[in-house]
Amino acid sequence: MAIPVIQLEDFRKTYISGEVEVHAVQGVTLTVQPGEFVAIMGASGSGKSTMMNTLGCLDRPTSGRFLLDGVNINDLNRDELADLRNQKIGFVFQGFNLLSRTTALENVELPMLYTHDHITSIQQRDLALHALEIVGLSDRADHYPNQLSGGQQQRVAIARALVNNPAVLLADEPTGNLDTRTSVEVMGVFQKLNSEGITIVMVTHELDIALYTKRNVIMRDGVVVNDVPVQNRLQAEVELRNLQQAHQAVKLSS
Amino acid sequence: MRIAATLRLALRALRRNKLRSTLTALGIIIGVSAVIAMVGIGTGAKSQVEAQIASLGQNVILVFSGNFSSSGARSGWGGAGTMTVDDADAIAREVPGVVGVSPEVRDRQQVLANGLNWNTQILGEGPDYLDIRDWALDDGAMFTEQDVRSTAKVCIIGKTIVAQLFPNEDPVGQVLRIRNIPFKILGVLTPKGLSVMNTDQDDVIIVPYTSEMKRVSKRTNLSMITIQAASPAVSAGLQRGVADLLRQRHRLGQGRDDDFTIRGHQEIADAATATTRVMTVLLASIACVSLVVGGIGIMNIMLVSVTERTREIGIRMAVGAHGRDILLQFLIEAITLSSLGGIIGILLGVGAAKLLSAVAGWPTLISVSSVVLAFFFSAAVGVFFGFYPARKASNLDPIDALRYE
Repeated sequence: MAIPVIQLEDFRKTYISGEVEVHAVQGVTLTVQPGEFVAIMGASGSGKSTMMNTLGCLDRPTSGRFLLDGVNINDLNRDELADLRNQKIGFVFQGFNLLSRTTALENVELPMLYTHDHITSIQQRDLALHALEIVGLSDRADHYPNQLSGGQQQRVAIARALVNNPAVLLADEPTGNLDTRTSVEVMGVFQKLNSEGITIVMVTHELDIALYTKRNVIMRDGVVVNDVPVQNRLQAEVELRNLQQAHQAVKLSS
Repeated sequence: MRIAATLRLALRALRRNKLRSTLTALGIIIGVSAVIAMVGIGTGAKSQVEAQIASLGQNVILVFSGNFSSSGARSGWGGAGTMTVDDADAIAREVPGVVGVSPEVRDRQQVLANGLNWNTQILGEGPDYLDIRDWALDDGAMFTEQDVRSTAKVCIIGKTIVAQLFPNEDPVGQVLRIRNIPFKILGVLTPKGLSVMNTDQDDVIIVPYTSEMKRVSKRTNLSMITIQAASPAVSAGLQRGVADLLRQRHRLGQGRDDDFTIRGHQEIADAATATTRVMTVLLASIACVSLVVGGIGIMNIMLVSVTERTREIGIRMAVGAHGRDILLQFLIEAITLSSLGGIIGILLGVGAAKLLSAVAGWPTLISVSSVVLAFFFSAAVGVFFGFYPARKASNLDPIDALRYE
């Protein structure tokens, strides 16, 4: 059996806020195998953001183990964590987090700036263009984020997340800032990537978005209360067509 | 992360805020240009003084007639009047390391020629005088040992005399009258300009010292003796030798003050450059203060910039930037800002110095070392004042930085 991409064992995270201890996550055990498409769901305060920070190697567990692609992150220092993020994780944020006044192409090249293997700038450009092509934006390479729509910006962010060929794509509320139609488009991109074998873990509080994934992990008060495969999975292509028809029906679009 | 990429990043960040970058660099620009211009003026003044000192001649030692005490009353320098031609001869004969000696008598006289008159300095000198002073003739020839022995009525004159008494003709071979005694002009000196004491060295008539003493001033003692040492190395020993000889000749017992004063070339040079050196240091330190103020400006803006770009820092860290990469990025930005300011400041400073030379007529000299130093100093200001903000940026927690609004 392949090494799990994510292996959490009795993961706990406690914050000290003033004099009060906040137990954000209280013992989560979770395994994600390569090729999975998982949605971590929960209301605010359920501990899903803390989960995301830890899965993203931005933070270390207070106790418990976390192995990312077989590497125990508990033992790593700040710089080693940064390298791990660079090599094995692709981030997609709710607010896109693109560098403004920097072209789409340069935004996608960003992770390669911090890669240790020497990549020539021509190779960087080719890899970045290829990543933009995957998300269908190669014709927008020279555009600045403020010249792109929300959906396009998020696709640039996905291209950036893909460019270093990570073990897992972590998406934190990727559709939170998008309207229904673009949300479905972005989910379509994720579904396509997943079908090509890329492991995706996303955090969302929207049930309809979670239905595009393959597995839903529901959290409440810092523990996993439900972990189920998705029945009646939505297909973005189909939903997009349905939306189109609905819009035409009310003359929202032609 | 590669330096070239970081440098590109820094330049782009600076270009984004052109006005802000310019204003920030302005502190450094003003500081560096002030340093360059001030040091330029200082060095210019110093080199002018040095040129004047060089006009004294190489390894020259001057022996003045000294202070003279009589019943407690002291005459002041030159009052003793104890230096004689015999002293000069004795020095030439007995002190080792002497290559030239010229007895000197100074006097001021009204001079007539061509129906014009002029009050000027008369120097009675020996035939070696021009060699000692490293002073060339423009025209004609120096008087000889023979002229000295025969108290010949001959002279050589400075350029100022030519201008005042012979404005439109060749003076060589003509006659001028000192106290109504006709002196034939043998030669004209090359111009030497102002002396260390700011007197016109070309406003002079040089005659054999014997002629001066016997025919013009009728004095028997010398004003001073000009000695040339063989090399700077023997200069100190030579000064001691001269002092011992003169004390012996003047019969000065133990405990009695010298009745003469010896000044070496180096002492004169030191005294003359001391003021300009103080001035240079003073000006440069004021300019350095403005550089430091400029540095604080950079630090201020870098701190603002780090706060503004917290989110960017978070993104960079999330995709794998080490703290070091962020540190380097902001440090290079600060250094770029300060060194660009330095380069512009150097150009402006050189321009300002040139302008001062042209308009105010001050001598300025921009040395390569001051330019190099100013550049590296401004870069160092960037490192010093950029380090704290850069470090602050590099220590940010990526989670907080990403959440920063």
